[in-house]
Amino acid sequence: MAKVEITVNGKATSANVEDRTLLVDYLRETRNLTGTHVGCDTSQCGACVVHVDGKAVKSCTMLAAQASGSDVKTIEGVAGNGALHPMQEAFHQNHGLQCGFCTPGMIMAGIDMVNRLGPKLDEKIIRAELEGNICRCTGYHNIVKSIAAGAKEMGKGMKKAAQ
Amino acid sequence: MYDTNYHRAKDAADAGKKLRACDDGMYLSGGMTLLPTMKQRLAAPSDLIDLTYIKDMNKIEVKGKEVTIGATATHAEVATHAKLAKVCPSLAGLAAHIGDPHVRNRGTIGGSIANNDPAADYPSAMLALGATIITNKRKMKAEKFFTGMFDTALAEDEFVKAVSFMAPKRGAYAKFPNPASRYAMAGVYVADHGKGDVRVGVTGASQGGVYRPKDMEKALSKSFEPGSLEGCKVDEGDMLSDIHGSSAYRANLVKVMAKRAVVAAAG
Repeated sequence: MAKVEITVNGKATSANVEDRTLLVDYLRETRNLTGTHVGCDTSQCGACVVHVDGKAVKSCTMLAAQASGSDVKTIEGVAGNGALHPMQEAFHQNHGLQCGFCTPGMIMAGIDMVNRLGPKLDEKIIRAELEGNICRCTGYHNIVKSIAAGAKEMGKGMKKAAQ
Repeated sequence: MYDTNYHRAKDAADAGKKLRACDDGMYLSGGMTLLPTMKQRLAAPSDLIDLTYIKDMNKIEVKGKEVTIGATATHAEVATHAKLAKVCPSLAGLAAHIGDPHVRNRGTIGGSIANNDPAADYPSAMLALGATIITNKRKMKAEKFFTGMFDTALAEDEFVKAVSFMAPKRGAYAKFPNPASRYAMAGVYVADHGKGDVRVGVTGASQGGVYRPKDMEKALSKSFEPGSLEGCKVDEGDMLSDIHGSSAYRANLVKVMAKRAVVAAAG
């Protein structure tokens, strides 16, 4: 058994888990944070994307023990002060989903994109950056629109914060 | 995944000690290949020794043309290192197109070359750049390191600490990714080191894993242009053949990718 200590959405957590426990299972089963999904279980679909120390990773391909000592953010941790995160709001406004299964990973990937590349994202960049996130419903059109809109909103927030 | 024991190595000596103390241990870096393999129960190490917490083993150093990349540097770190992108843009570009953004945040150069997957991108670069592979025990040239598909010269308790090379005068990597998996069906790294020293590394295509096509190197050393490759022969018999492409298809693809790489390198 491994003792893992992970800060999840700003809250210190710890538990004794089997060494082979995947980070996604720690989040879903131990912490009951079921917003992070398991889609393919083969590291391809991106439904399990969370941020570990600020970087987007596939939580189905990382052991909880590897993440011990890290800061993890899940889809449950992105909204604040009673309002949706601008990226969540953009998916809502642009109908960036159908069944919704891939959405948590899409939103975490979208936020990561803005964090790395800034708020000005064109369609080509967004499509290329979505390489690791699969959606079986939408054909991606509205997801791309949502991320572009969310990025723009996040940019405004960044500007305000800078001022 | 079968049960396993997770350990964190504090330093290089501790890593070796921990591995030798295990029944059937394996070193773990980014885990982008090893963990999926374990999940499919195709690998079942009794213990995993995590190398990624060894201090400074992810450092990237660029001194003039001399480049050293620590083994636990992630693909994202290699892709976005400003100094590296300046002296060796071909390698930064290669790293930027491995897997997807989330995989690039975890996968490492050391893990990639130690696994020596026949479709991995980095091994071709190591051959073409004439890289030296630095392990916890010794230094060796990339030619000696890669010994065949999924095979390297690494001993049981040996691991990659860093790779080093001199940035070439010009270079480029061209790959044809499988449209579904995005793994290279053929990837060719061309590096012109100047003074008629051109080296080529081919990945994804050959049954023997990554290799250097000597006739292409000779032709390009004489004249660094795509036309020089016309007379070169890629032996079909050496190529992989699967549902994604026949050996004849791959043999042709190697030549096409080599030409594209030369065009890109010649800029």
